[in-house]
Amino acid sequence: MALNDMHTETVAGIVDRVVTRYRRDPTCMVQILREVQEACDWIPPEAIDRMQVLLGVPRTKIEGVAGFYSFFYTQPRGKYRILFSDNITDRMLGNKAMMDRLCSSLWVERGKVSEDSLVSIGKTACTGMCDQGPAMLVNNYAVAGLTATRIDEIAELIRNKVPLAEWPAEYFRIDDNIRRADILLGSDLKPGDALLAARARAPSDGLMASNMRSWREGLPTGLSGPISMLDEIKRSNLRGRGGAGFTTALKWEACRNAPLKAGLQRIVVCNADEGEPGTFKDRVLLSKYADLVFEGMTVAAYAVGATRGFIYLRGEYRYMLDHLNAVLAHRRRENLLGNNILGIPGADFDIEIHVGAGAYVCGEESALIESLEGKRGTPRNRPPFPVTNGYLDQPTIVNNVETFAAAALIALNGGEWYAGIGTKHSAGTKILSVSGDCERPGLYEYPFGVSIRQVLEDCGALDTQAVQVSGPSGICVAADEFDRIIGFEDIPTAGAFTVFNGTRDMFQVARNYVHFFQHESCGFCTPCRVGTSLLKNLMDKLHNGAGSPYDFAEIEKLNQLLQSMSHCGLGHTACNPVLDTIAKFRPAYDKRMMQQDFTPAFDLDRALAAARQMTGRDDAAAHLTTETGGEA
Amino acid sequence: MSQTFMLDGKAIPFEEGQTIIQAATKAGVFIPHLCYHPDFKPHGSCKLCTVKVNGRQTASCTMRAMAGMVVESDTEEINAERRALTQMLFVEGNHFCPSCEQSGNCQLQATAYHLGMMSPHYDHFFPNRPVDASHPEVLLDFNRCILCSLCVRASRDVDGKNVFALSGRGITTHLIVNAKSGQLGDTNFTLADKAAQVCPVGVILRKRKGFAVPIGERKYDHAPISESVTTEGR
Amino acid sequence: MNAPAKKLKVATTSLAGCFGCHMSFLDIDERLFTLLEYIEFDRSPLTDIKECSPDCDIGIIEGGLCNAENVHVLREFRKNCKILIAIGACAINGGLPAQRNHLPLTTILEEVYHTSPGLANGMIPNDPELPLPLDKVHPIHEVVKIDYFMPGCPPSGDAIWKVLTDLLAGREPELGHGLMHYD
Repeated sequence: MALNDMHTETVAGIVDRVVTRYRRDPTCMVQILREVQEACDWIPPEAIDRMQVLLGVPRTKIEGVAGFYSFFYTQPRGKYRILFSDNITDRMLGNKAMMDRLCSSLWVERGKVSEDSLVSIGKTACTGMCDQGPAMLVNNYAVAGLTATRIDEIAELIRNKVPLAEWPAEYFRIDDNIRRADILLGSDLKPGDALLAARARAPSDGLMASNMRSWREGLPTGLSGPISMLDEIKRSNLRGRGGAGFTTALKWEACRNAPLKAGLQRIVVCNADEGEPGTFKDRVLLSKYADLVFEGMTVAAYAVGATRGFIYLRGEYRYMLDHLNAVLAHRRRENLLGNNILGIPGADFDIEIHVGAGAYVCGEESALIESLEGKRGTPRNRPPFPVTNGYLDQPTIVNNVETFAAAALIALNGGEWYAGIGTKHSAGTKILSVSGDCERPGLYEYPFGVSIRQVLEDCGALDTQAVQVSGPSGICVAADEFDRIIGFEDIPTAGAFTVFNGTRDMFQVARNYVHFFQHESCGFCTPCRVGTSLLKNLMDKLHNGAGSPYDFAEIEKLNQLLQSMSHCGLGHTACNPVLDTIAKFRPAYDKRMMQQDFTPAFDLDRALAAARQMTGRDDAAAHLTTETGGEA
Repeated sequence: MSQTFMLDGKAIPFEEGQTIIQAATKAGVFIPHLCYHPDFKPHGSCKLCTVKVNGRQTASCTMRAMAGMVVESDTEEINAERRALTQMLFVEGNHFCPSCEQSGNCQLQATAYHLGMMSPHYDHFFPNRPVDASHPEVLLDFNRCILCSLCVRASRDVDGKNVFALSGRGITTHLIVNAKSGQLGDTNFTLADKAAQVCPVGVILRKRKGFAVPIGERKYDHAPISESVTTEGR
Repeated sequence: MNAPAKKLKVATTSLAGCFGCHMSFLDIDERLFTLLEYIEFDRSPLTDIKECSPDCDIGIIEGGLCNAENVHVLREFRKNCKILIAIGACAINGGLPAQRNHLPLTTILEEVYHTSPGLANGMIPNDPELPLPLDKVHPIHEVVKIDYFMPGCPPSGDAIWKVLTDLLAGREPELGHGLMHYD
């Protein structure tokens, strides 16, 4: 069905259905736009017309949100919208050749829509398939492990306009690649066990059935059940697993103790945005251990007194939405979600899934909440913090997928047990998502305190030059640091562990990361919005052979500025990859230091190309050479 | 006895709930700013008003004043950073002062003068930005937009019209207008709107009234922007 | 200040400039006599000397980079002058000529030499003696290192005097309210 066959009423009909399903709630703007696009292949102006009428919001509100997220298109992008994952690991696995192959096979230029409006092919940031790349998204459904054969097969399917639902299921298979399991990945928790254990911890709360307040309102003077659950979390020394490492008990307690206005609720949010390039551990936790994660969220709701939960699932994991909803439905049937959980009157908690739309910045908790509220994902001014003023100004906890999974185990086995695992400063285990130059990419769960060297040995890495721990916003570790350990006291991480062997150019690694930050900057604050572009231009300048010590000094200065003036962590860490690699892999940059002195960033001869073409001249005076421009 | 905090060694009185910049302005102390306006809720995006509070940097327009705070603002280090931010804004858009209707009354320009910005330093982006002349009374020249969102806030919170909003992400962030055509002429915007008065630079311009005030008699010819703390509004 | 033993050599040029900054320079009027106790002009429109001496101390450059010849002259200045000063909006940010930057050069040349109303037998000039235009007009600091900047369009004679005297006295140039202008 070609796009121009769609009649306005059909579009309006689609919008009516979607908006009605979302209760005409403008806070569901991101979900509404997503579903409208899934049905119409883009967001046509008529759809926006209809949304405006039904939601009663200004047109700019809809357009402003649509324009923020990478996955929303307000121009036609074809029936098949292909996005190749462009993390450094995809590059290392040859994604460029795959993309070129598909482009030439389908007669479409990279970044454009085909002449017949059938297909568009572009790039996107890391899709979380680093252990089985190169990967791509087709209409936001993941296809991993691409080969030339697979590309050819897909080109054929597209040419024959075979609906995505009829493509071989095999194409969409995503492997778990669990290489080393520990308490989380080896958990066989039966749904409900952790909740029962949490409740059992306060046997005097046998009368909890009659006190609805303990669950819903979570007052400091509430019954001891929730308090004892909170105590276990405190005892466990659990710290967030999303990268920031905030002490979980403090967050939950602050939320629990936050004043609550009449009619408002406390909210539990699971951050499943997993946008940090090289991270894919939450992908596996959600696809294989969803019950564990949901149990953890329910435990959290119990502890803070929340009735409503959200999972913010990154748009790149759209493929698992049906599965997750099925698990939620199952838990509702088993009385583990919904009203009167485990038969306790008033023990109400349910979870909705909101799907993201391609914005790394929405992994930042306040930007995530903005997105949950149907807005552009720009981080908020803090204070106040989400624990007091979060989702719709209500006390909200935002925790990582892995943190909730750990919380479930703590509810079952107690905090002391958990604190006994790992190191003195870092309790518990950490799931690492290992990828790059190694024999066995995949998930490795270790107690905190494991050395980099151990991980490299276990995953079969040889001739390792560097490891990027915790993605571009993390730290680049060189060979003389491989005895350092994973832990909050040394090298903390959200999980990404990307291995680079001796053949890799660490400058290109840094450049790939800088391009990522520039693409993902939300644009709210001056230093990051402009600074990440300036940094990208500088790295491209080095790449093009025009680099000099002058540019190094500029990078240093930009880093200072971004660190001290940025609105959020994205800006603060944007220069990290460059500075780390300059410090530890200087030769990779010296190779690029083609000039002694300041040199223009642009090619002066190429700048005359248009004039040469228009005048038909090619004599010596029609050209300019590259020259340095004075002492740096 | 009102509470005070220290700002560059001077005790500044404040009322509960006031931000640092609000209290400083009331006390006649100038902190450079672009997206802050006393009539609107703070935005916190331009970052020009960044100060150091007890050693940590933060936007003074969003940070509540607290008793005992030690704030640094007018230091060499912070002013150098503010200058760099201003330079970033200059290269991001197309800010050509000699032919700009707002020159002399422009907050971006006056702030750059105050910070001693002798050159934009960075390489210019030279973006291709549109001009919207569709409205009978008002011209929009997006070349000069610094994304301060004052027009967005004014139109939404004062005029109740929602004429302006931001779209795009990152470096492609831009102002959009509340009309299917995207043109100002198709909105209910009028010259009387608060949003028409509030632009600190030369984006929202009254038609047929350019360069009416001679050089030497414009707002910031009379006094530098640092002295505007003692005058009300703009 | 006492007059130094050896006068500083000052070269000036206007690249893609209107010469307004040079005119403004002359607005220092009789202070020029004082200045000439400290400096002597080398290559400059004022002296009509065509090439820089290899030991110039200061190069004052008006105008941005519009074509290949501008680049050659700028490079000559950078090579032969210890210090370069960009004077005026055009040198500092591209100025008026840079207002063409959002248009592709091909479009501009087509319009001017072929499709402009009233034009007949249009032809894009291609004599080898003519310098070819760059696809975008650039500020001069994007091609060579520039040491100091004098903003204005043009900077007033007083502003120019202030910067020059600051430099000659070894101070970092500073322009206060009234002297600092971008227009």
